[in-house]
Amino acid sequence: MDNESLKAKIAQWVPDAEFEETGTSKAQLLNAIITPDKLLEVAEKLRNEDGMKYDFMYCLTCVDFPEHFMMVYHLRSSETWNELVLKVKIEDKEKPEVETLCHIWRTAEYHEREVYDLFGVVFKNHPDLRRILLDEEWEGYPLRKDYADPVNMISL
Amino acid sequence: MIEEVETKDAIKTQEYFVNMGPQHPSTHGVLRLMLELDGEIIKKVTPHIGYIHRSIEKMSEKDSYRQIVHLTDRMDYLSNHMNNEAVCLLVENALEVEVSDRVKVIRTIMSELTRLSSHQLWWGVMGMDLGALTTFLYAFRDREMINDIFEETCGARLTVNYNVPGGVMFDIHPNFQQRVKDFIKSFKTKLPEYDDLLSNNVIFRQRTEGVGILSKEDAISYGVTGPTGRASGFSNDTRKHKPYSAYDRVEFKEILMDKGDTFSRYKARILEMWESVSIIEQLIDNIPEGDIQEPSVKQVIKLPKGEFYQSVETARGELGVYVVSDGQKSPYRLKFRSPGFSNLFVLDHMVRGYKIADLVAMMSTIDLVIPDIDR
Repeated sequence: MDNESLKAKIAQWVPDAEFEETGTSKAQLLNAIITPDKLLEVAEKLRNEDGMKYDFMYCLTCVDFPEHFMMVYHLRSSETWNELVLKVKIEDKEKPEVETLCHIWRTAEYHEREVYDLFGVVFKNHPDLRRILLDEEWEGYPLRKDYADPVNMISL
Repeated sequence: MIEEVETKDAIKTQEYFVNMGPQHPSTHGVLRLMLELDGEIIKKVTPHIGYIHRSIEKMSEKDSYRQIVHLTDRMDYLSNHMNNEAVCLLVENALEVEVSDRVKVIRTIMSELTRLSSHQLWWGVMGMDLGALTTFLYAFRDREMINDIFEETCGARLTVNYNVPGGVMFDIHPNFQQRVKDFIKSFKTKLPEYDDLLSNNVIFRQRTEGVGILSKEDAISYGVTGPTGRASGFSNDTRKHKPYSAYDRVEFKEILMDKGDTFSRYKARILEMWESVSIIEQLIDNIPEGDIQEPSVKQVIKLPKGEFYQSVETARGELGVYVVSDGQKSPYRLKFRSPGFSNLFVLDHMVRGYKIADLVAMMSTIDLVIPDIDR
């Protein structure tokens, strides 16, 4: 499935989805940006729909922008190696929440724990949402841009 | 295996927990596994990571792209060249510069030498994990030759930091080609010894065959890449699917197995070593002339605004670098998709119902490098 028909398909599911292309001129990746309430529905379809079968989530992360958090899911079909970037814009910076995807892609469980640990995004219905890299008693979420490091080893 | 446990449950037993690690030789670093046991049968494994977390992603937000390169060989130190290459390729692709053929070929040879040295170490340690100390000595004998080659050309043996954005740091040493050829010649006689010592050993076969089976579907769902995933039939070799450097001009097979047991994962790496040897043989006499550094890449690198993703095939699987750039000299956000992180968490799924000794064998064939997981 090429990028244009993929775009049409996603726009059919989520009429207010935004699209952009990222990467270099040689390797363009289609980005679909949706709202948190549509995530579960779109993810399930991308995973199971014929002709898509994005069964391999190869990267899951979050970016802290000044106005919102952006969850970034890199998806790939293990058969065709077609790729798609699914993004979820979380407007609520005070209490960021998004649905977990770990029952669709098992690898998401641990990557989500990492995002929770470093960004403080809460994943609803996650089976085991705990800090993963940092200590249980750690305060704050280090990869947020407003995080103040008390030891301040890395600021220049 | 699991049924056997249930039928034996005539005596009432109590479940208990045992901590394996963080200081345990077979966890290959500071990894703590919390084992939930019923007798010696494992009910559940909970990995606890983060003991060697160095906040490399946070540091990268303050560092220049040239500085980030040298952080990467502190992640998976056994795939040092490939890690460096991932960041360099990302920068070059984002700037849309093309490095010379000479650099591409040198990088490919270096990467394959690194893969060989990583697999050699893995093989030696795998034998040792299962109680055969000899393999360790054999592997280190051969690995030493590769380290000497690195030392001569790169000036370092482990954290080589040889790739720079736009090329490589120095040209190859005049002895490089001859020493690589000597190594290949000698290693081709040594590799069959590996089979004699371990692959065809009855005790080893009994401990690995049919143990810890990972299906293809699970491998994909858990995001298990590298030889670990390929042993389950999951075709995921970045070198084949998205060729970079000189991988599109060499012939090699992607090693795929179908069983997905511990022995398949072992065998996949042994066969991969033969492929690496073949790639080096194809390239070593054909290193083209050319610049070793692309002059258009400036000292202070600013990537254009946008998002970039670059993956390379390390010895453990797909290493991805995801960069969000706002046009400054440091990335706005940088994420390393490390292969070890995804591979580790399949362990719990694999190991349930087996014994602790089997866990050691399985963990060995996942080939974990803890700094790669913790970053």
